[in-house]
Amino acid sequence: MHIKISNGLVIDPANNIENKHDIYISEGRIAAVGKQPEGFTLDKTIDASGCHVIPGIVDLRARLREPGLENKGTIASETRAAAASGITTLCIPPDTTPVIDSTSVVELIHQRAQEAGYAKVVTLGALTAGLSGEQLSEMALLKKYGQCVGVSNALIPVSNNLIMRRAMEYAASCGLTVFLHSQDEGLAGNGCAHEGAISTRLGLPGIPETAETNAIARDLLLIEQTGVHAHFCHISSARAVQMIARAQYDGLPVTADVTAHHLHLTEMDIGFFDSNCHVKPPLRTQRDREALVAALATGNLNAICSDHEPHDADAKLAPFAETEAGISTLETLLPLSLRLAEELSLSDVVNRLTWQPAKILGIDAGTLSVGEKADICIYNPNTSWMMDPQQMLSSGRNTPFAGWELKGKVEHTLLNGKVVYSI
Amino acid sequence: MKQHDIQLDSEGKLRHFLTIEGLKKQMLLDILDYAENFSSVGNRQVKKVPLLRGKTIANLFFEPSTRTRTTFELAAKRLSADVLNININTSATTKGESLLDMLHNLEAMQVDMFVVRHNSSGAAHFIAQHVAPHVSVINAGDGSHAHPTQAMLDMFTIRRHKQDFTKLTVAIVGDIMHSRVARSQIHALNTLGVPEVRVIGPQTIIPNEAAHLGVHVYHDMQQGLQNVDVVIMLRLQRERMEGALLPSEHEYFHMFGLTEKKLKLAKPDAIVMHPGPINRGVEIESTVADGPQSVILEQVTHGISVRMAAMSMALGRSSLAEVQD
Repeated sequence: MHIKISNGLVIDPANNIENKHDIYISEGRIAAVGKQPEGFTLDKTIDASGCHVIPGIVDLRARLREPGLENKGTIASETRAAAASGITTLCIPPDTTPVIDSTSVVELIHQRAQEAGYAKVVTLGALTAGLSGEQLSEMALLKKYGQCVGVSNALIPVSNNLIMRRAMEYAASCGLTVFLHSQDEGLAGNGCAHEGAISTRLGLPGIPETAETNAIARDLLLIEQTGVHAHFCHISSARAVQMIARAQYDGLPVTADVTAHHLHLTEMDIGFFDSNCHVKPPLRTQRDREALVAALATGNLNAICSDHEPHDADAKLAPFAETEAGISTLETLLPLSLRLAEELSLSDVVNRLTWQPAKILGIDAGTLSVGEKADICIYNPNTSWMMDPQQMLSSGRNTPFAGWELKGKVEHTLLNGKVVYSI
Repeated sequence: MKQHDIQLDSEGKLRHFLTIEGLKKQMLLDILDYAENFSSVGNRQVKKVPLLRGKTIANLFFEPSTRTRTTFELAAKRLSADVLNININTSATTKGESLLDMLHNLEAMQVDMFVVRHNSSGAAHFIAQHVAPHVSVINAGDGSHAHPTQAMLDMFTIRRHKQDFTKLTVAIVGDIMHSRVARSQIHALNTLGVPEVRVIGPQTIIPNEAAHLGVHVYHDMQQGLQNVDVVIMLRLQRERMEGALLPSEHEYFHMFGLTEKKLKLAKPDAIVMHPGPINRGVEIESTVADGPQSVILEQVTHGISVRMAAMSMALGRSSLAEVQD
């Protein structure tokens, strides 16, 4: 199959390209950008006039809910939503049921993803067996036979410092990046919203900023001691950004991501107990939000991810604190990121959605270099649309963005040179 | 964008009573005026008015309560409504029935009003968002969020003694962090134009962001009580000792318990209030609780007429003129 994508504005940050080019695809790979290769016989042309052509989005963290919580979503349902949103690679954290601490779970996930055929799926292995925070998982085997691209204890903190040190040391010797959700359980307590003006007004138990910064401080010290490569997931506060920027300046091997919703929402959006704004880490203040956007521009925050957490309707039908945390975000990831084009260049936005996350995961993706697999997202930046939960493809319709006017609509998504979504 | 006035109907009248926050001063004054008119009903030979005859009111209490539930029940009965008392911890939710299923079942039995107490902040809002259009919800306390009828009966009591809200200094002493009563009182006092509202307590039980609520924070009882007109003592929950919020009841009483001596710092005609139930010797000395400046039992009496006012307004049955007849 030989495909030409014509007349689109090609944005490929890895190769410093932001120009109108035609792209030629052959045998599932990028054959050329610009000039038609010799002997290229065209089977199909995709007209991308007025559109941007970018590498398929690499989502650092998305819960597809399978195995274990198929009432909230399946690998098929969620990867289909991903394809329609221009996402071609998703990284799954290990808190499935059963936990990703054995290769058989990874095999199941890869098999389901392959059957569905909408997107590639990579996995993080558990940092500790059963995510218990007590015993090391079989990281080396998870890497070797499960192709796990990193290890993580998901949302469950490892509170024992010694075990965290050992886990980091072991991961370092396996050459695995540790993905950290840094939150001090004691300080977070039973909190469900940022400890601030809104939680005080609503009488909701708060999660203070120090729950995040205290844990990051501990983790940074252990990273320095062990030399492990570490990635901080969903940074939410200005102070945390400062600490990570300082560590990067000092030369520690750390990267960090932020979710698209933390770049756009604050504690104020909870309003009168909107449970769709119940998320971990909590939405913080306007000052924090602005610091997150600024750090994304400077590159101290390396990537934007969805942190997709689809829920069934019942999970959100209760008083705020009793609802399950999480937002269904695959379908808003690209348009919310494009909204940042005032603070960041377009190329930087694309970079933080594609090439940077691919580098963090250490996978071949996120670029349109000749010879790479042709994972491509083609979107029209000028199409406006209204976010309507009823129209969502994800099984989880838990979004606080209902009614938002969004700009940027995916028209085609290609996976290994095959069209997996067309408008 | 979001629906902020869920408490009001399309004509701006009170449909649900969930929080004081967002209600206009005139609405609060109306509630107080209605309550004033109802306050004589209890002294009559026949302690009933027929305003809510034929209406069914369900008291849904997910948390144990004696006074609040009893005064709501009495208020409903004095308005001639039929009352259902449902204590949920012993009932449906333990069988796995969801909160919404239970509500819809009660709605199917043509209940007109839910009076709800729940241990989760926002529970009353949640219920109000999901009831049928003809059903009203009154919040009888949700988590640490709000307890609007308690705040209004406190305002009623203050007005009986002090008339003009705009000349008062009011101090609220104790666990502001976990108190729905304090939050509602603060909103009510600010809305009614009280120029100085103080909160007094150690930093562990005063939220960091308390100033956002429109109060002045004091960590010292001696300073905080200077020249106040109203002292509101909050109940100290025993479980606060466990979360390392306070060292002991003994120390708390020593530092923040209201004694006759400390009360002398307030204005000579200051009144002492407490939402009850009282922990004698923990937050308040018996001689103060039972003393001449205490209006604690009056608060209980006023609770009935204020709740009659809120219920009759929300069920849209009365104008002030009707009540006066």
